[in-house]
Amino acid sequence: MILRLAFASLSARALTVGMTILAIALSVALFLGVEKIRTGAKASFADTISGTDLIVGARSGSVQLLLYSVFRIGNATNNMTWESYQDLAARPEVDWIVPISLGDSHRQFRVMGTTTAFFERYKYRSGQSLSVAGGAIMDDLFDAVIGADVAATLGYEVGAPIVVAHGLASFTEHKDQPFRVSGILEKTGTPVDRTVIVSLEAIEAIHVDWRNGAQIPGQSTSADAIRQMTLEPQAVTAALIGTQSRLQVFGLQRAINEYPQEPLLAILPGVALQELWQIVSIAETALIGVSGMVVVTALIGMMATIFSSLNERRREMAIFRAMGARPRAVLGLLVLEAVLMAAIGAALGLALLYAGLFIGQPLIDSAFGLWLPIEPPTLREVWVLLGVVTAGAIVSMVPAYRAYRMSLADGMMVRT
Amino acid sequence: MPDSDPIVLLKDVRYRWPGRKSFGLNIRHLELARAETVLLLGESGSGKSTLLSLICGTVAAGQGQVLLAGTDLASLTPGQRDRFRAEQIGLIFQQFNLLPFASVLDNIALPLQFAPTRRTRVDNAAQEARRLCIALGLPDDLLTARAGTLSVGQQQRVAAARALIGTPPLIVADEPTSSLDAETQGNFLELLFAQSRAHATSLLMVSHDARLADQFDRVIQMADVAQSLRDAA
Repeated sequence: MILRLAFASLSARALTVGMTILAIALSVALFLGVEKIRTGAKASFADTISGTDLIVGARSGSVQLLLYSVFRIGNATNNMTWESYQDLAARPEVDWIVPISLGDSHRQFRVMGTTTAFFERYKYRSGQSLSVAGGAIMDDLFDAVIGADVAATLGYEVGAPIVVAHGLASFTEHKDQPFRVSGILEKTGTPVDRTVIVSLEAIEAIHVDWRNGAQIPGQSTSADAIRQMTLEPQAVTAALIGTQSRLQVFGLQRAINEYPQEPLLAILPGVALQELWQIVSIAETALIGVSGMVVVTALIGMMATIFSSLNERRREMAIFRAMGARPRAVLGLLVLEAVLMAAIGAALGLALLYAGLFIGQPLIDSAFGLWLPIEPPTLREVWVLLGVVTAGAIVSMVPAYRAYRMSLADGMMVRT
Repeated sequence: MPDSDPIVLLKDVRYRWPGRKSFGLNIRHLELARAETVLLLGESGSGKSTLLSLICGTVAAGQGQVLLAGTDLASLTPGQRDRFRAEQIGLIFQQFNLLPFASVLDNIALPLQFAPTRRTRVDNAAQEARRLCIALGLPDDLLTARAGTLSVGQQQRVAAARALIGTPPLIVADEPTSSLDAETQGNFLELLFAQSRAHATSLLMVSHDARLADQFDRVIQMADVAQSLRDAA
């Protein structure tokens, strides 16, 4: 009955209470949303590569190498030569090695040259392999396998012709050598979805008539002529390496980093990822801090609302006192109301979050390549919600204590 | 009517308003027997409200004894006094008696929430509330209505039902009819008397209206029992 009275009292002040609840709900949704994006981004990053022991590229920063080789963010400052690549491939510790050649694009998507070994060796989300949704992996020199987002965005189907542009935002297109979509990959939630994959030779093929980034005037080699050539790459951008035994990883890493013929860099993906987290952790903390402050602001708003309602509710409290309620019960009633408001606000915030996720999920995925899973609330989120309700109770103690003092002084008579 | 067991007994009570040096209200002797109906007449400012607060235990006497149903209120902790008030006294105020946002039923049943003994006397709060409403001439479809939507006269009757539920031994009414028109007033008092007689409940009513006097067992002038020393410094 007390609970029913508290509800009735709240609904009698529907407008102010509703606004207070809305403020709490929005702040909670924001806080949880930031958490979701933060953990989602982390998980999505961490899920992008697995099963690869080392990533090798030209010497730069480890985070940079990780970003451009795996996440297609930024560019390589330098390539590693094909000789070095072959040297590495021949080392006894190396179980497998997959070359990656980047630098060209198709529409807004990056083109990656690699070998068919990529499809066997590249693993994501703790050991899942790429699989083909339609068509087959490349077979011909001018075959391309496209990621799910590429197919969806550009509306490509198996067999569609595509033209690769040189560079990333260039108007010069390699029109002479049109490719054909041979296969479309299943959605992975990784940057592979937004990649056009061709063979390493194909990358060389489209650059046959090019020197120093520009087409040689008047020169155009036909596709058939190109097929006759030996298309050995001069360089690759990076390579993914799997070792025979995990024990060899550090030895091999050191050997690569000290490779005398060329300055190379080998990184452990997990370690580089950790470095990346360290870089972003300040921003992360700031984000959590700001969204936490928004929750605090909403709760202080609630406190202000309760304070301002005290005077008009003096009579109500006097009635409770006259009916035998102790001043402590009046205090409890106000805290109960605050807890109800905070709880409704928190629940509504959770609902807002899920509504936002349902609406925003595809948008965020296509805009940032970030797939936020829609899952039941995690334990951490449940704690956050409980924390909000508890904080609401604590905050309401301040006006509730004042009501306690007032009702102690007023007793059952309100002097008006 | 055994004088040995009055429902209310005040002896040599002195009460000082907070912040005043001298005693503000002195009551040598005030007694109310069980099942007795008493009208307490006094001008406004004569200390009637303070007297009621003393009886209800929301203010404590500086000196003397306030006995409610034989229990010295000073011997109880503030929490116990609140509980004791809920058990012993049904209260009706001049106006603004009800929680406007709550249903009539919840308003009537509210004191049971704080008075376990009164609650045990009521098997079914909803049924009892309905019975009281009908006895007080309220349509029973009013029970689910929000109290704030009722007319003043209806509200006072709901307040009476709330005071009567669980049959407390004492009804204290502070000018319950002053916000009613003459006809409703008479009606209301009749119903209140009928109910209090049916359950042998004492009734202490405070008013400044001497015309009500002949309906009560006894009339007490505030000036006769109490010395109000408001301006003594």
